[in-house]
Amino acid sequence: MNEKLSLQEWIDLAEQENKDFGDFCIEYQVKELEISKEMLLARMEEMLHVMQQSVEIGLTGIQSMGGLVGGNGKKVESYRAQFADKSIVGSVMSKAIMIALAVGEANASMGRIVAAPTAGASGTLPAVLFSLAEVRGFSIVELAKALVVAGAIGMVIASRASLSGAAGGCQAECGSAAAMAAGAAVDLYGGSPSQVGQSVAITLKNMLGLVCDPVAGLVEVPCVKRNAGAAAQAMVAAEMALAGIESVIPVDEVIDAMAAVGNAMSCTLKETAQGGLAVSPTGLIWANKIIAREESTDKG
Amino acid sequence: MNIFDVIGPIMIGPSSSHTAGAVRLGNLALAILGESVKEAVIGLHGSFSQTYRGHGTDLALSAGLQGWATDDIRIPKAFETAKQAGISISFTTINLGDFAHPNSVRFWLTGVKENTCVMTGSSIGGGRVVVTNIDDFPVEFSGDFPAILTMHRDRPGAIALVTSILSTQGVNVAQMKVFRKQKGGLAAMIVETDQPIDDTAFEAIGKLPHMQSVRRIQRI
Repeated sequence: MNEKLSLQEWIDLAEQENKDFGDFCIEYQVKELEISKEMLLARMEEMLHVMQQSVEIGLTGIQSMGGLVGGNGKKVESYRAQFADKSIVGSVMSKAIMIALAVGEANASMGRIVAAPTAGASGTLPAVLFSLAEVRGFSIVELAKALVVAGAIGMVIASRASLSGAAGGCQAECGSAAAMAAGAAVDLYGGSPSQVGQSVAITLKNMLGLVCDPVAGLVEVPCVKRNAGAAAQAMVAAEMALAGIESVIPVDEVIDAMAAVGNAMSCTLKETAQGGLAVSPTGLIWANKIIAREESTDKG
Repeated sequence: MNIFDVIGPIMIGPSSSHTAGAVRLGNLALAILGESVKEAVIGLHGSFSQTYRGHGTDLALSAGLQGWATDDIRIPKAFETAKQAGISISFTTINLGDFAHPNSVRFWLTGVKENTCVMTGSSIGGGRVVVTNIDDFPVEFSGDFPAILTMHRDRPGAIALVTSILSTQGVNVAQMKVFRKQKGGLAAMIVETDQPIDDTAFEAIGKLPHMQSVRRIQRI
C-alpha cells in the first residue's frame, strides 16, 4: 500500500513492449483491479458523464456556498460567443478556461463532481479533455482511456508525494491535476510513453511551490481560477512534450522534489487559511464576514 | 489505493478531504459502532477545526453517521435530517498533538442500543481515509477492504482460531494487525479481507473463547 510507484518504470516497460502508454496503463489496471477492460473503461465513461453534468451545472451561473465565486464560466461562454475573433489564447484554450471555471463553480456550490484527483482541482481534467475532444473529435472511449492514463499518473504522485492541499499545498492538488491532464493529452495526441512522462515532469516543474491559501477556508478563492490556470499549464507542457522537448530533471525526481517542497512548506500555506491570500486584508474581511454569517445561522 | 481513488470518487463538493473524506469517516464510525447513532460528539483537529464550516465538513460528518454516500445530494441537509431522526450531534475542537494528520477527527458515539465507541481517524487526501484509534487502541485501516475488528484476551491461539474460521469460509486475509495493552491483557485485532465476511463466519468468530466483542465493517 505504501510502496513508492515509479512513472519512469512504467514508461520504460511500455516502450520495451512497444505499447501506447494508455494501453499499457489499461492492462496494468485490469490486472491490479481484477476487472475486465470493458468494465474499467465503462467506469471511466461514467466519470466523464458526471464531469459533463458538472460543466452544465456551472454554466447555469450558479453561486457558491460562500458567495465568493459563481457565474464566471458563463462569462467566458458569452465572451466566446460574442468576440471569438478577440480571443488571446484561441478557441481551444478559451474553452478549457470556461470548463475549468464552470466545474470549479459547480463544486463550490455543493454540486456533484468527480474528484480528479481532488474536488478543489476537479475542473482541470474536464477542461483539458473536453476542449481537446471538441477540436479533434475524440470519442468517449478515447477519453476514457485518457482518464486511465491520468489516473495512473495520479497514483504515482500519491505514492511519492501527495494529492492533498493540507499535506502538500496547491501544487499537490492543481499541480497534480494539471500533470495528469498533460499526460492524458499527450497520449490522446499519439505521443510516446516517454513524452507522457516529459509532459508530467514539465507541468509539475512549472507549478512547483504553489501554496494552498483559500480565503475563509473555502474552496472558492483562489481555487476556481487556479483550475483554469492549471488547465493552461497542462496544455503548455503537453505542447512542449509533443514537440520533443525534454525535462532535464527526470519525472520521478520532479515528483520527489514536489514532496520535499510540500514538506518544507509552512503549515500556514497548506489549506489552513492562515497564510497567503487568505490573510490578505481583503481575504480577512471576507473571512470575517462569512464566519459571522455562518455563526448567526442556526444549524440545529 | 487504486485508480478510482484518484479518478473519483463522484462526490458532492466542495472538498475531497474535508467533505467526501469526512462522509467516509462518518460511515466508518457508524460501521464500528455497529448500530444507528443516537448521540455523537465530534472533535475536530487541525485544518478540520479551522475550516470545517466553509467546507461543509460538519454536514459531511453528520451525513456519514447517517450512512449516506459521498455523492448523496441530501448532504447539505444533513443537520435537518439528523434532527428529524432524533440524532443529537455536537461539535467541539480538540488537539490530537503535532503528529496527528491535519485533517483528523474523533467521534464519541452512543448508539440506539446504548453501545458506545470512540473512533479517531484522518482524511488523508482525495477522499481517502485512515482510522487510527478505536476505543483507545491504536489501529490502522482504510475502509478499502471488508474488515473485522475483535477485542479479545491476549492468549495463545486466539488469533489462529479467527484466521482458521476465515480460511474455511474461503476468505483471504489481505492485511492484519494485532495490538495489545499488556501481555495477557485485552487485545485488539483488525483483519482486512479480500472477500466479504458472511454471517456464518462472523457468528462463529463471535462465539470463540477469549472473544470479548467482534465488529464487522463492510467496505465503504
